Amino acid sequence: MKTRSNSQTSLDESKAVQYLLITTAVLFLGIMLVVPLITIFVEAFRKGAEAYFTSFNDEYVLQAIKLTFITAAIAVPLNLVFGVCASWAIAKYSFFGKSFLITLIDLPFAVSPVISGFVYILLFGAQGWFGSWLIENDVQIIFAVPGIVLATIFVTFPFVARELIPLMQEQGNDEEQAALLLGANGFQTFWKVTLPNIKWGLLYGVILCNARAMGEFGAVSVVSGHIQGVTNTMPLQVEILYNEYNFVAAFAVSTLLAILALLTLVLKYILEWKVARELKKLKNEE
Amino acid sequence: MKIEVKNLTKYFGKFVALDNINLEIIEGELLALLGPSGSGKTTLLRMIAGLETVDDTDKGEILFNNIDVSKKDIGDRDIGFVFQHYALFKHMTVFENIAFGLRVKPKKERLSNEQINKKVTKLLELIQLDGFANRFPWQLSGGQRQRVALARALAVQPKVLLLDEPFGALDAKVRADLRRWLKELQEELGITTVLVTHDQEEALEVADRIVVISKGKIEQIGTPEEVFHNPANEFVINFLGNVNLFHGREEDGRLDIDSSLENEDNNSKFLIRPHELEIVSVNNKDAILQAKIRYIQLAGSQVKIELTHLENETRTVLVEISHYEFREKNIQKGDIVGIRPRALRTFENGAGI
Repeated sequence: MKTRSNSQTSLDESKAVQYLLITTAVLFLGIMLVVPLITIFVEAFRKGAEAYFTSFNDEYVLQAIKLTFITAAIAVPLNLVFGVCASWAIAKYSFFGKSFLITLIDLPFAVSPVISGFVYILLFGAQGWFGSWLIENDVQIIFAVPGIVLATIFVTFPFVARELIPLMQEQGNDEEQAALLLGANGFQTFWKVTLPNIKWGLLYGVILCNARAMGEFGAVSVVSGHIQGVTNTMPLQVEILYNEYNFVAAFAVSTLLAILALLTLVLKYILEWKVARELKKLKNEE
Repeated sequence: MKIEVKNLTKYFGKFVALDNINLEIIEGELLALLGPSGSGKTTLLRMIAGLETVDDTDKGEILFNNIDVSKKDIGDRDIGFVFQHYALFKHMTVFENIAFGLRVKPKKERLSNEQINKKVTKLLELIQLDGFANRFPWQLSGGQRQRVALARALAVQPKVLLLDEPFGALDAKVRADLRRWLKELQEELGITTVLVTHDQEEALEVADRIVVISKGKIEQIGTPEEVFHNPANEFVINFLGNVNLFHGREEDGRLDIDSSLENEDNNSKFLIRPHELEIVSVNNKDAILQAKIRYIQLAGSQVKIELTHLENETRTVLVEISHYEFREKNIQKGDIVGIRPRALRTFENGAGI
């Protein structure tokens, strides 16, 4: 960490206070974040590398990994499209109820994921609003893959929009208007002008969205029904393995999620830097 | 291309942005839309471009060569538009910015890469930026960026060029150079051009005709000489430079200043520009006013002199005379002098110069 300057001004705290604050922060992060992270890997390899790798040689585990990827593969693209549409609408137009829409996008952040899951049960469950219709038509949403996907979409939908709205608001729509006046059609304008301007912010949002989609536990847990090999995602499988006292396997699957988290952090760091650079360029232009 | 604006009224909610505008833009001329901010001049320009539409609640039409374009797509209007803040594509090089309009054309009309290369190179020469093809917008100065924006607009060979405060974001020296260059370029290309500005000096210098706009209405249309020397009303004379306000009566071409008329009707109001006043000796019989010299500003092409009325020190008069005349008359700060108008004209509504 870089301190402001070497020269002390009256506004700076004394050296002792500085060290105390820094030490507290580092210790806290170490105990709360780094130690658990190390524990995951230590526990996973407790019985050696062979035991670690055989953990994955299990039908249920492989099914859970597969389902997690399928869920993310559906939820992330949908939220990408929704996120771009919503931020486009919010940043480039003014319309009635705009601030309400911005608030609404944040709803999943404010609501407990478990509640989000319950909402879907109330809607689509056997006793729910659409329950009887769904049973008659032989459509199963709750305790099946569609429910898991829906819950995941709900929980992750702010990520892309939240990232893009400030970026697009900052950029305005002069460039788009210039492109249209030069004869470009809507698609060309989006593809050649808008997208290049938001690409880093978009990627950043997608990565955060993906991390959350793969790691979501609460909402998915409620709608999943915990059917091994059918409706269990990785986080749910970890819970089951752990409850079965199969610690090595539980931690082995956890390492996958931990690696995903670390990768996300690295990418997030790189992209944050890219986005900051784009915004700086924009500032220089004015 | 000839452009006609007929009975155009534009609302933004309940706000009347343009109020029954009638205007004809002649083929090949450079027309300046001049007015203070919020006057509606930019709205008018954006409506001609199609960036603002004539909605159902609005009235009037916009004709390009006698064809109504009010409902036409902006891409089909053959318009080159230059934005105040350039709006260059910041992830593209200067070359790609200029080539953009050529590259997005439908396949049938699109030029070959070779032809595009040639055309862009030519445009780069025109804007005196050859050698800058591979730079990015953020590596250019403001003046250079605005020239790139102009080249980008010209690349698609528009029939009209619309400029929205094109020099507004530049510093004074660059602005003066660039507008002279623009004027020459416009005359050379002969392209119909509409320029929006709030800077009267800029409008007076480059325009063939000026449209003075205030509060969504046209106050006057005329050549720079006409609007400057024969302003149609009080707004125009005030907006086109400094002006002195006197209250008095005119008798036999002579003005009698009378401060007691201050709150009376318009017929007692006279507006005289600083350069139309002369400083004479205090007992000169033609002097309309006795005043004391408070401040002299020597820097500039003219000497600016601020005086206060002798009877009422809170009222000031601004006079501009040449340096030659200033030395000749040996004027000093604190002198008590007479002020005489060089000419006196009145106009119909009573305000006179």
